Amino acid sequence: MNKILTATAACALMAGGAFAGSHTNDIKMGIILGFTGPIESLSPAMATGAEMAITEVSDSGMLLDGATVSPVRVDSTCVDSAAATAAAERLITSDGIKAMMGPDCSGVTGAVLANVAVPNGMVMISPSATSPALSEAEDNGLFFRTAPSDARQGQILAQILNDKGISSVAVTYTNNDYGKGFSDAFEAAFEEAGGTVTLTAPHEDGKADYSAEVGALASAGGDALVVLGYVDQGGAGVIQGALDSGAFDMFALGDGMIGDGLTDAFGSDLDGTIGTAPGSDNEGTAKFAEMAEAAGIDGTSVYAGESYDAAALMLLAMAAAGSSEPGDYVDQIQMVANAPGETIMPGELAKALEILADGGDVDYQGATGVEFVGSGEAAGSYAEYLVEDGALTVVGYR
Amino acid sequence: MDLLNGFVALANFVLIPAIAYGSQLALGALGVTLIYGILRFSNFAHGDTMAVGTMFAVLTTWGLQAMGVGLGPFPTALLAIPFGILGATGIVLLTDRYVYRFYRAQKAKPVILVIVSMGVMFIYNGFTRIIIGPDDQRFADGERFVISARDFKEMTGLAEGLSLRTSQVITVITAIVVVAILFWFLNKTRTGKSMRAFSDNEDLALLSGINPERVVLVTWLIVASLATVAGVLYGLDKSFKPFTYFQLLLPIFAAAIVGGMGNPLGAIAGGFVIAFSEVGITYAWKKVLGYLMPPALQPDGLMQMLSTEYKFAISFVILVIVLLFRPTGLFRGKSL
Repeated sequence: MNKILTATAACALMAGGAFAGSHTNDIKMGIILGFTGPIESLSPAMATGAEMAITEVSDSGMLLDGATVSPVRVDSTCVDSAAATAAAERLITSDGIKAMMGPDCSGVTGAVLANVAVPNGMVMISPSATSPALSEAEDNGLFFRTAPSDARQGQILAQILNDKGISSVAVTYTNNDYGKGFSDAFEAAFEEAGGTVTLTAPHEDGKADYSAEVGALASAGGDALVVLGYVDQGGAGVIQGALDSGAFDMFALGDGMIGDGLTDAFGSDLDGTIGTAPGSDNEGTAKFAEMAEAAGIDGTSVYAGESYDAAALMLLAMAAAGSSEPGDYVDQIQMVANAPGETIMPGELAKALEILADGGDVDYQGATGVEFVGSGEAAGSYAEYLVEDGALTVVGYR
Repeated sequence: MDLLNGFVALANFVLIPAIAYGSQLALGALGVTLIYGILRFSNFAHGDTMAVGTMFAVLTTWGLQAMGVGLGPFPTALLAIPFGILGATGIVLLTDRYVYRFYRAQKAKPVILVIVSMGVMFIYNGFTRIIIGPDDQRFADGERFVISARDFKEMTGLAEGLSLRTSQVITVITAIVVVAILFWFLNKTRTGKSMRAFSDNEDLALLSGINPERVVLVTWLIVASLATVAGVLYGLDKSFKPFTYFQLLLPIFAAAIVGGMGNPLGAIAGGFVIAFSEVGITYAWKKVLGYLMPPALQPDGLMQMLSTEYKFAISFVILVIVLLFRPTGLFRGKSL
């Protein structure tokens, strides 16, 4: 009898605690990024980017009658769909989040979307999943991304090659969702523009030797080798092999290949090589970089700005809908992101909240010039890179 | 001219890479086959023994480079190999003293020792990662090319380039020297002969007064040296990453089994069979055939038998075929 009494009392206490918790007017936002795994070096800056937006909104006290917002970080691992799904599930069931910023990599994003977000009706905005396949994913309108789809980048890369008068290329891509989607998009765009793709060969990351891949690509031939991989993984290995065997001396690179590691490893051997990576020259980017520096991160770090924008968009949509329930505010995301309305730069979230509270309309530009097209993905703008004298230089934006 | 171009393309993309890779596999397979012949178990920790030895060599190389010691056009790592061997030998002997000896005293079945070696493999795995980390390490220096593709084209005026890397030349020469020493040791010296006797018939060898612990000790010494040399050569030619050394286990075992487990000659032959199959089957022959065939017969397709993703599957297929039709291997080793 005594035991039952104690148990009942304990239950009552716990229930009371939970009851009290739900009344403190705190909105939780899940931040699910690959804190371990292949992009562990990018994730801290991305998470801090998102938390900058959260703090900004929370401190303003103008969201839904002074609600506070707090972030909950969990690990998506970037590659392990089961782990990411479990982490996302936990965010919803035990942390009770109202919005999900992430996941990051395309593979786990698809898994979390299908297994967690859609069944639970949770809104998610990925800052960095770029696989074109996600455009067609069954999402019930709950999924957005602030990074543009690689389909767009494929078209731009094809365009640049076309402008340079290169009409036949061999393509190699890293064998995952990102690489496959990117190469499909590139191939379609390039062939539509009248070019020939002599061979499309995947490569596995983390191998020591790519001579077989390079041999096949060299045999197929072409004016340039298009490498859609990662600079600190197989992509660099393929370039090394191609340079060593003299198979190719002109390369075209996707965003995963653009990094200091590239020029550190190959220097002026790569002169004349072109590449693309997301980037824009709008004023929001510079402003965000300043704010990021104050917050102690590098604002030019890849996808940090996209993360800030992803978090900010969900919070602004909550303000516009007057509710933090995912089902209520999801329809407002497109509205706050796109014209018409007052232009909102990073650091002006308080102003945006004020306008929305007064029933006005905003056009959120943010750190990356967000503009949603189609089923909720960023239109995107890309920087065109050229290797000159062993250094990567931006020669323009498209 | 076309004939020459075709041959150069073949040499550049098939012959040279396959010979270098085959030499590395052969050295690895020799280690596996020696353990199998003398200690009578399949040592799954061999790939990671290579990683451990190479790790010590890489660390020494960095130290030498920091002190400004170098070999001019040759990679500094060659100087570091003895230190790598020393490190690997130390680890391997410690393992033998505290792990394998226990099971040997119990006369444990080979299959138990195989599982034990897997445990050792995981420990080596972790050990390497704790000390040097899981990332790619580059430690090659010196002159990168003997002939680079661009120079070759300018020199000969051919349309095809031929590149020959220093690491490839060093690999082949070192492999030949090491194998020659090993065979001389096994066939001519007293210790080598006692090892072969021990391998042939353990009881008879014991009766004739051969000290088993000494044979075991020498075997581990040789295996650690072979593993380190193979590992350093592989790392120089490609790059050092603990995980790829673990993956090398499959082609190495395939090489040892194809050649005949327990037969050193077979291990070498097996290494080259595996290397040439991997490179040859995944190579797109379009370019070479385009030069060699009369225009009417020139292929339109890539003439690639298997896409490069399946490179590792080739070792498996060869393994299965050999085990089905000639279980003792090409050179009549011990049947598995």
